[in-house]
Amino acid sequence: MLSIRHLNKAYRGPGSRLMLRDIGFEVAAGEYVAIMGESGVGKSTLLNLVAGLDLPDSGSIAFEGSELTALDDNARTLLRRDRMGFVFQAFHLLPHLTVAQNVMLPLRLGGAAADHSARLTGDMLEAVGIGALAAAYPRELSGGEMQRVAIARALVHRPRLVLADEPTGNLDAESAGQVLAVLREAVKRNAGAGILVTHSAAAAATTDRIYRLTAEGLQRSGEQ
Amino acid sequence: MAAWPGATIQAVSAGALRDNPGRFALALLGVVLGVALGVAVHLINASALNEFKLAVHSLSGDADLVIRGPRAGFDESLYARLARLPQVQAASPAVESEAQLTGRRETLRIIGLDAFRAAQVQPELIAAMRDQLRDLFDAEALLLSHSAAQWLGLDVGDTLRVDVGTSAIEFKVVGLLPPGAYRQRIAVMDIASAQWRLQRLGRIHRIDLRLRPGTDIDTFQRSLAALLPAGVLAATPEAELERSADLSRSYRLNLDMLALVALFTGAFLVFSTQVLAILRRRSQLATLRVLGLTRRALSGMLIAEGALLGALGSGLGVALGCALAALVLRHFGADLGAGYFRIAAPALHIEPVALALYWLLGTAFAIAGAAVPAIEAGRRAPAHALRAGDEEEGLKKLHTFRAGAALILSGFALTAAPPVNGLPVFGYGAIALILLGTLLLMPALAVMTLARLPAWRFPPAMLAVAQLQATPRQVAISIGAIVTSFSLMVAMLIMVGSFRQSLEEWLTGMLPADLYVRAARSGDAGFFTPEQQARIAATPGVGHARFMRSRNLLLAPERPAVFLLAREIATGPASATLPLVSAPYILPSQAPPAAWISEVAADLHGLRPGDEILLPLDAQPSLFTVAGIWRDYARQTGAIVIDRETYIAITGDRLANEAALWLASGSTPREVEPALRERLSAAQSIEITTAREMRGESLSIFDRTFAVTYALEVVAVLIGLFGVSVSFSAQALARRREFGVLRHIGMTRREIGLMLGCEGALVSALGVGFGLALGWLISLILVYVINRQSFHWSIDLHVPWLALAALAAVLVAAASVTAAWSGRRVMSDDVVGAVREDW
Repeated sequence: MLSIRHLNKAYRGPGSRLMLRDIGFEVAAGEYVAIMGESGVGKSTLLNLVAGLDLPDSGSIAFEGSELTALDDNARTLLRRDRMGFVFQAFHLLPHLTVAQNVMLPLRLGGAAADHSARLTGDMLEAVGIGALAAAYPRELSGGEMQRVAIARALVHRPRLVLADEPTGNLDAESAGQVLAVLREAVKRNAGAGILVTHSAAAAATTDRIYRLTAEGLQRSGEQ
Repeated sequence: MAAWPGATIQAVSAGALRDNPGRFALALLGVVLGVALGVAVHLINASALNEFKLAVHSLSGDADLVIRGPRAGFDESLYARLARLPQVQAASPAVESEAQLTGRRETLRIIGLDAFRAAQVQPELIAAMRDQLRDLFDAEALLLSHSAAQWLGLDVGDTLRVDVGTSAIEFKVVGLLPPGAYRQRIAVMDIASAQWRLQRLGRIHRIDLRLRPGTDIDTFQRSLAALLPAGVLAATPEAELERSADLSRSYRLNLDMLALVALFTGAFLVFSTQVLAILRRRSQLATLRVLGLTRRALSGMLIAEGALLGALGSGLGVALGCALAALVLRHFGADLGAGYFRIAAPALHIEPVALALYWLLGTAFAIAGAAVPAIEAGRRAPAHALRAGDEEEGLKKLHTFRAGAALILSGFALTAAPPVNGLPVFGYGAIALILLGTLLLMPALAVMTLARLPAWRFPPAMLAVAQLQATPRQVAISIGAIVTSFSLMVAMLIMVGSFRQSLEEWLTGMLPADLYVRAARSGDAGFFTPEQQARIAATPGVGHARFMRSRNLLLAPERPAVFLLAREIATGPASATLPLVSAPYILPSQAPPAAWISEVAADLHGLRPGDEILLPLDAQPSLFTVAGIWRDYARQTGAIVIDRETYIAITGDRLANEAALWLASGSTPREVEPALRERLSAAQSIEITTAREMRGESLSIFDRTFAVTYALEVVAVLIGLFGVSVSFSAQALARRREFGVLRHIGMTRREIGLMLGCEGALVSALGVGFGLALGWLISLILVYVINRQSFHWSIDLHVPWLALAALAAVLVAAASVTAAWSGRRVMSDDVVGAVREDW
C-alpha cells in the first residue's frame, strides 16, 4: 500500500542538517506501525513527507500506485483529502466549528451529501465514545475528548492511511490509553493502514510493528 | 504581585512589533492618512482666512471705521460731511469696481484712491506705492498688484482692457505694487480718474475713517447712523473681515467636517486594528499574566503600545498634512477650485495650536482603540484566555447596545436644534452621535443577522458562514470599518446628487427664454441703455423681450449685500415666474408693493411672507411687502425680486443688465445672435447665450465646486477599504494555523481562497447594507438640516440608486478579492510550520 525508498531530506539555511538519510520501509493494507525516536530526529518530517505536505530532496513515496513526488500540490491535497486521515498532538480542531462540524469536514470537502455526512459523523462520534458531544465547541471539551474528536475527523471518511503524530503527547495516561485503543480499533475496522509517530514505548506497543528512527536511518525494532 | 520591570514589558511589546511589522506599519499608515487629510484641509482653510485678514488690513490700514455702500456706490458729498466731523482725524474715500476684463471670463477689482488722503489712513499701502504715486495722476494709468500682474501676464508699460457699459476701455500699467504689499489681485488708480473712466462720476463706494484719540468708536458708530443715507452703513474693519469671511464660512466648515470624517474613518481604522490585534494576542497575554504580569501592567503595556502608534502616526500625519497643504495651495489655490477665494497662491499659514490639536486627536483615538480591549484583556481570567476561541467570549462582556441606542436617540434629538452663530454645529453633532451609536449597535446587529444566514452546502461557503457565526462580535468590528466609510460616502453622494438634481430643475424653471443677452459677463460695470433695450426688442426674430436690472443693496452692516433683481413679473400667480417655496401671500389692497425674497434672504434677515421690508433703492428707503419666498441657488448672500415698473417709478433708473429673449416662431438662436451683435455693434462686451448653454455652464461650475468633496469622499472610502484590507490581512495572519490544519485534512489552496472570499463578501455585504441604511439617514440630516442651516436654501431629496448600487457592488467585490488575496499571501508560507505555531 505504502512504499518508501531511499528517502533523503535536509533542512537548509543556518544550522542546516540532514534530517532523513536513505529511509525505506513498506506498510501493507491492514498494518498499523509505529515510528519511534528521540525529539528532533525527524519523525514528524517523515510523516509530513508521507502525507504529501512536504517534498523529499530525493527518493520515492508510492501510495496505492501513485508516486507522491510526481504529483503537484493540488493533486497531493486531493489524494490526502480522499485517502488519508491526520491526527495531531495538539488536536488542531477548528474552534469556531462544533464537534460534529469538525468531524464532518473531510466528508463535506470530499463532496458527500449533507445528510449522508451527518449520518456517518454521528456513527463515528458514537464509535469513539463522544456521541453526546456533537453540538459542543472544542473549548468546552477536555484534552481526551478533543483528541477523540480529532481521531473521529481523521477516520470519518474511511481513509486508506491514518497518520498520527504524537496523538497522546498532551494527554494523561488514562486518556492516552483510551485514545490509542480507539485509534487502533478504527484502523483495523477500516482495513486500512496506520502510522503512529511517537516517542512513547507504551503507545508504540499498541501497533503491529515498530521502527526506530535515528540519525543513521530507520531500523525495524521487531514485530509485535 | 509586583509589576514587572519596565524593560521586560518593553521587550515583550518590541517582540510583538518585530513579529508583525507589517501589521504595525498598516495601522500606522491608517493614522498617518487620517490625520494628514484633516491637517491639510484645515491648513488650507486657515491660510485662506489669513489672506482675507491681510487683505482687509491692507485696504483699511489704520482705519477705525469703514463706511460702505452698495455696489452702485453713494453720493461723494457724504465724504466731505464726514471729514468735517470733529471726531474724525482723517478720512479716505475710495471707488471700488469689479471690472469685466475684455475678452476674459473673469473680473478684476479696481480701487480708486485719493493718494494724499489715503496716506493718512492706509500708510502701509501708500508707502508701497511711493515711487509710482506721481504717475498715477495720468487718467489712463493704474498700478497692478504683483499677483494680478502675474495672473494677467502683464508688466509695466503693457495695456489692460476692461469693459465699461457695453464698451471696452484701456489703461496703461505704470507700475507694480511690491510683491509683499498686497497679495490679492487688484489694480489701484487715482480716485478722480476711476470715477471718470469707470463711469462713476460723483459716486464713491467706501470711506475709511480714522478717529481722534479718545473717541469712543461704538458711540460714534451709533451716532453716524443718522447721518448716513439709506443703504450706506458703518462697520469696524473687524466686522468687514467677518462679513467677507462669512461668504465662505459654511463652505469652509463643510470642508473641515469632511476632513474630520476622513480623520474619524482613519481613527476607526486604528481603533479596529488595535482591538483585533490585541484579541489575537490574547493567549500570549494570558501567558504573561500566568508568568506574573499584573492586570494593571498588562493594560498599561497595551495602552502604551496604542499611544506610541498614535503619537508616531499623528506626528507623521501632521507633517504630511503640512506638505499636502503647501502643495495644494501652490497648485490649486485656497478654494480648491470652488471659486470662493480670489487669492493667487496664498502662503501656508501654520497654526501650531491647531496642529497640536490634530496630533492629540489622532493619538487619543489610537489610545482609545487600545484601551477598550486592553482593559478587557487585563480583566479576563488567564485560565479562560489561554483557550483557543476565547476572543469572542471576551467581546461578549462589552455591552454596547444600550449606549448605542441612547446615542442614536440623542442624535435624532439634536437635529431639531437651531444653528449656532449661523453654523449647523448640532447637525454635525447629530451625525457624529448617530454614527457612533450605530457602531456601538453593530455587535448586536451582527449577532442577529449572522445567526440568520442560511446553511450553505458548498464547503468553503459553509466554513465561511460557520466562522462568521462563531465570531459575530469580531466580525462586527470589520463591518464597522466598512459602515463608517461607506455610510458617509452614501450620505455625501445622496446630498450632492440631490443638490445637483434640484439645481438642474431650478435652472430649467429659471431660464424659460430661448436666448439671454448680458451687458457684461460678470462684474458691475455693464448695462444696456433704454435705447439699446429698444433695439434688442426690435431685432428681427425676437418675439418678446424681458429686461432685468440687478444691483446690490446693503440691508444690515453685519450681513453681506443682497442682490436686488428688478424684473417683469408675469401677470397671474408669481409662481409662474419664480420657483416659490412658500404659499403666495395675497397683499391687502393698501399694502406696500410686493417683493419676493430668496430663502437665503429670508433666513439671514429673519423675514416671512407678509412682513414689511425697507429697501434702500434711493436716497430714501422704500417700503415693500414680502409676498413670497423663492428658491435661489445663484446668489448665496440673498436676492430680492421686485417688479421693474415699480423700481423705475421709485428710482428713475431705466438701465438693464440682462435681457431674456423669446424668439419668434421659425427663428433660431443661430440666426438671431448675429443680428443682435450687429444692432449692438458698439457694445463689445455683450454676452449672448442660450438657456441650454447657461444650464451647462452652471452645472459645470457646480461639478467643479464639488470636485473637492468627491476627492475627499474617495479618500475616506479608500481609507475604509484600506481598513478592511488591514483587518482581513491581520485575520489571515492570525489564522495561519487554521489554514494549515485545513490543508492537512485536504482543503486545497483555491478552496481556502474561496472560503476567505466568501467571508469577505458576506462581511462587506453586511457592511454595505448597514452603510446604505445609515448613509440614507445621514443624508436626510445633510439635506434637511446641515444644508439648510449652512447655505439657507432648500433642496429636494433625490437618491442616485444606480450609482449607489454600482458603488456597493464595487466595494463588495473589492473586499472579497482583498480577503482572498490576504489568504493567498499567508498560504504561500510553510503549511507544516503553520500548524506547529504556538500562537
